[in-house]
Amino acid sequence: MQFGLLAIIFLFSYHFVPHSETSYFWRLPPLLKEFPGWINTLLDNLMFQWLAVDVWDPVWKEYEQRPVFRIITRAIGSAILFVIIFVRELFLGGAQTIGAFFSDSFLSANKWLYWPALPWTAIVAGAAILGYQLQGARLALLSGIGVGYLCIFGQWEPSLETLSFVLVCAPICFVFGLGFGIWGYMNRSVEAALQPLLNTMQTMPHFSYLIPVMVLFGVGDHAGAVATIIFATPPMIRLTILGLKKVSPDIVDAGAMSGCTKSQLLFKVLIPTARTDILIGVNQVIMQCLAMTTVAAFIGAKGLGFNLKVALNSLEIGKASEIGLCVVLIAVILDKYSLAWANKQKDYFSDLSFFEKYKPYIGFILLTLVAFLLSYLGALYFQDGINYLYYVPFDKGFTISPFIDAGVDWFWEAFFPYLNAFNVWLITSVLVPMRDAYLGMPVFSTFILVMGAGYIVGGVRSAVIIGGLILFIALSEYWDRALITAYMATFAVLISAVLGIVVGSISAQNRFASKTILSVCDFFQTFPSFIYLIPVILLFGITDTSVMIAAIVYAVIPATRYTVEGLNSVPTSLHEAGTMSGVSRLQRWMNIELPLAVPHIMLGINQTVVFALVMVIFGALIGTIDLGQLIMASLSKKGGAGIGLTLGIFVAFMCLAVDNLIQTWAKERKKALGID
Amino acid sequence: MASNEHLSTDPQPVIQCDSVFKIFGDRAKEKLAEVQGGIVDAKAFQEAGCIVGVNNASFNVTRGEKLIIMGLSGSGKSTLLRCISRLTDATAGRILIEGQDLLAMNDKQLIELRRETMGMVFQSFALLPHKTVLENIAFPLQVKGVSTQDSVKKAMDMVELVGLQGRENYFPRELSGGQQQRVGIARSLAVEPDIWFLDEPFSALDPLIRKEMQDEFLRLQSVLNKTILFVTHDFDEALRLADRIAIMKDGIIEQLDTPANIVLNPATEYVQKFTEDVPREKVLRIESVMDPVDSSETFSNLKVSKDAIIETVAEAVLSEQHPVPVSNENNEVVGVLHQSKVIHVLFGRGTDKPHQ
Ligand SMILES: Nc1ncnc2c1ncn2[C@@H]1O[C@H](COP(=O)(O)OP(=O)(O)OP(=O)(O)O)[C@@H](O)[C@H]1O
Ligand SMILES: [Mg+2]
Repeated sequence: MQFGLLAIIFLFSYHFVPHSETSYFWRLPPLLKEFPGWINTLLDNLMFQWLAVDVWDPVWKEYEQRPVFRIITRAIGSAILFVIIFVRELFLGGAQTIGAFFSDSFLSANKWLYWPALPWTAIVAGAAILGYQLQGARLALLSGIGVGYLCIFGQWEPSLETLSFVLVCAPICFVFGLGFGIWGYMNRSVEAALQPLLNTMQTMPHFSYLIPVMVLFGVGDHAGAVATIIFATPPMIRLTILGLKKVSPDIVDAGAMSGCTKSQLLFKVLIPTARTDILIGVNQVIMQCLAMTTVAAFIGAKGLGFNLKVALNSLEIGKASEIGLCVVLIAVILDKYSLAWANKQKDYFSDLSFFEKYKPYIGFILLTLVAFLLSYLGALYFQDGINYLYYVPFDKGFTISPFIDAGVDWFWEAFFPYLNAFNVWLITSVLVPMRDAYLGMPVFSTFILVMGAGYIVGGVRSAVIIGGLILFIALSEYWDRALITAYMATFAVLISAVLGIVVGSISAQNRFASKTILSVCDFFQTFPSFIYLIPVILLFGITDTSVMIAAIVYAVIPATRYTVEGLNSVPTSLHEAGTMSGVSRLQRWMNIELPLAVPHIMLGINQTVVFALVMVIFGALIGTIDLGQLIMASLSKKGGAGIGLTLGIFVAFMCLAVDNLIQTWAKERKKALGID
Repeated sequence: MASNEHLSTDPQPVIQCDSVFKIFGDRAKEKLAEVQGGIVDAKAFQEAGCIVGVNNASFNVTRGEKLIIMGLSGSGKSTLLRCISRLTDATAGRILIEGQDLLAMNDKQLIELRRETMGMVFQSFALLPHKTVLENIAFPLQVKGVSTQDSVKKAMDMVELVGLQGRENYFPRELSGGQQQRVGIARSLAVEPDIWFLDEPFSALDPLIRKEMQDEFLRLQSVLNKTILFVTHDFDEALRLADRIAIMKDGIIEQLDTPANIVLNPATEYVQKFTEDVPREKVLRIESVMDPVDSSETFSNLKVSKDAIIETVAEAVLSEQHPVPVSNENNEVVGVLHQSKVIHVLFGRGTDKPHQ
């Protein structure tokens, strides 16, 4: 009713506000045009002016003026870089990190300091043994095959570059996340302060951090790592707080009565009890780290992400698929390892012999010896050229990309007319009109719409918050671009929501189907977001359609998951009551289940919005013309830091506005329905 | 009335509470300082945004005594227990544990006290979900710094004590409610505490299991002889287990006495109403219905103790032909029980009030 009235007012204003460039009802003046500039000046001051101190420069042998802030960021950068390289060399052989401590001449004088890389066969064996030790034969098989794939397909080196990156970033995120999470749990005002910060950090597109990070930390793996840490820590904090809050007060009391000190209570009672949520946090951290690898490649992070970016840019679908599979495999294996490790049980009774106790280590050493032997034989066999039994170099490995490419070509030839027809139809009769409608919307109407919705849902408070967030964007130069982003996201969200709710509702009818669909969601969620771009480019080439479809596929996951969860949490007594009063299944779904599940489903839609926006912005990677493209462009511009950050904040604000609307609505609705 | 004389041989009470108050709310302390002594007016406090949890509680618990705290939901039972275990700080008053001032203890002393002398069982079991039965039971020992080997050994003893052999490697989620509470009991006893707190330990269990657990509790207590504070809202349970019962209402202890006295001489109208429907055979001891020995009578061969609860011996007594002799703890005959008296107690209720 209220919404109907709002729609009428909105349409009315839409029609009657004149489309004139000078009217403030049509577009607001770009008062905040200078905002990116301010950020740049701020960064500039921090890095080059503020608190300069004299520092001894060992190369030029003289004192030099350097600002404190820059010294700090550079020190952090080199520390991270050191660890990353160290981890890499541990696996790949070499001794540069030691050289960093001493000197190159020391290294060349002591050749023994170099150690050889492990043969790939030994690495596969190691992964399998670790899997077996952590969980059993299934994980051993999975990790053996997975790592085997990396090695045989010649991806071991870039994989390891990525892995070392994740192995460094993930623990840092974990420690920060847990630390802030605990702090937020203990202190209400800290939590209140963290909440909006986390929201912004999580909804800012990945790209927009890059330039500021680059300005502060330089270019390279360490800068990529910093950007990754910024992006991957918030979910950990959030889930830690959530998990700790869920611990029942009785368990805390039980811990206290068992005689725990404060720290024992924290580490032995609270955190382990909250571990389900904390583990989801760890899982999220790993996923985010991997999702960032492609993005981090823009500021110099090496590894799979870099190769994937190159392959995508040159449209080598076969190669991109192979690399994408590597990322997925690493994600899945790390995920399973961390879960298995956390669930590992201790055995207090068995009295193990020396051999049994150290069986995995002994096995690994023996297998490594066998592997070296094999590679020695390989050296005899592959006389000149590459010893495939020792190491499969990048690009020289086994590959199926020609087949994939051929398959793609065939597919294109066979289906091009249909795909193209669909593509053209979608673009000309849906997307373009929709975009024009968005662009033709006077700013006045936009505000009526969003603030009106805010007012209906959450009163004056919501209206003001949402209005403020949108106003910030409206006062910039980028309003039109923001509208384009909004239109793409809206389209993706609408389709995903419908698909998700339908699929979710159907699966929720049956326990087995629900379980299956939830694990399918789990599985797809382990894919880093950009992976979704590969198959759609394959089908639709580089068009808005591709981005849309990738966004829909990606964003349908939360919609489905929350629908299933929401419907399943409707109490069975209500089902029975419904059945008893003789309603049909469809009626029951329409009148009983859905209304009760809607608040939870809306939270899923909230996620869908974020996911869709992420993907739409990612779409810039393959060329679209919204905010994402500007962010990409800012990467190579002078003063790009300010522009990148500003645009990122815009996207974040759009997410936050939607978030505010939906969260408030869901809360009110839940209260009204008496479920919580 | 003199039933717990043998318990009070130790002059020092294990737990001693003097005018303990617990009032929730930001301004509780100031508000309490305004009134001097005695029971405070809960209504007035509520208007000031304060909730009265415990209202002027004073009592002692002697060594080896089982004090049961009873009352309806929200009457402040848990809050009183939490004050005495200092899970929450009392707003005012004095609590002495073995003569030591509980409220004056610092964190270290408090942890020490809990590690050595206190154990608690919770209504919701409150087991650590990530630990097995064995690890849960060993937990209080491990936080104390006992070596893994010793704590596991001790925990195994406890597993046996509560009859969970063979399940030591199960996780709590794999156990039934009764089994989980056995783990809770074993955990609370692992450090061999002197004082044992139980907050509605059996309320979450179904009646059959509850009965079984009560028996288990009595068996354990007969072996361990701890000082016990036991919270329940089930009067039957209280009667089965209590040495003394404290009845609470709105944070106030209305009456604290032996079960028989509470039923026979209710101190307030509330207690009277509370105990109205209590079957008297469940509280009365043989002593209160026996007659003086009359040597002209023929006695049956059965003999009952003067401290026995009527309900427990009624069936045996009623199936005898002749009056049953009553003995004291030295096995001397001190009275005789006529079947008619038992029948009167069992079936005569309602026609006349219990004799005062
Ligand atoms: N942390 C708290 N903050 C405010 N009020 C509280 C708090 N804990 C308890 N209360 C109040 O104190 C009163 C006594 O609560 P308590 O939990 O002791 O009752 P109880 O007798 O244990 O009840 P139950 O049988 O339901 O466990 C109640 O009115 C309750 O609302
Ligand atoms: Mg209680």
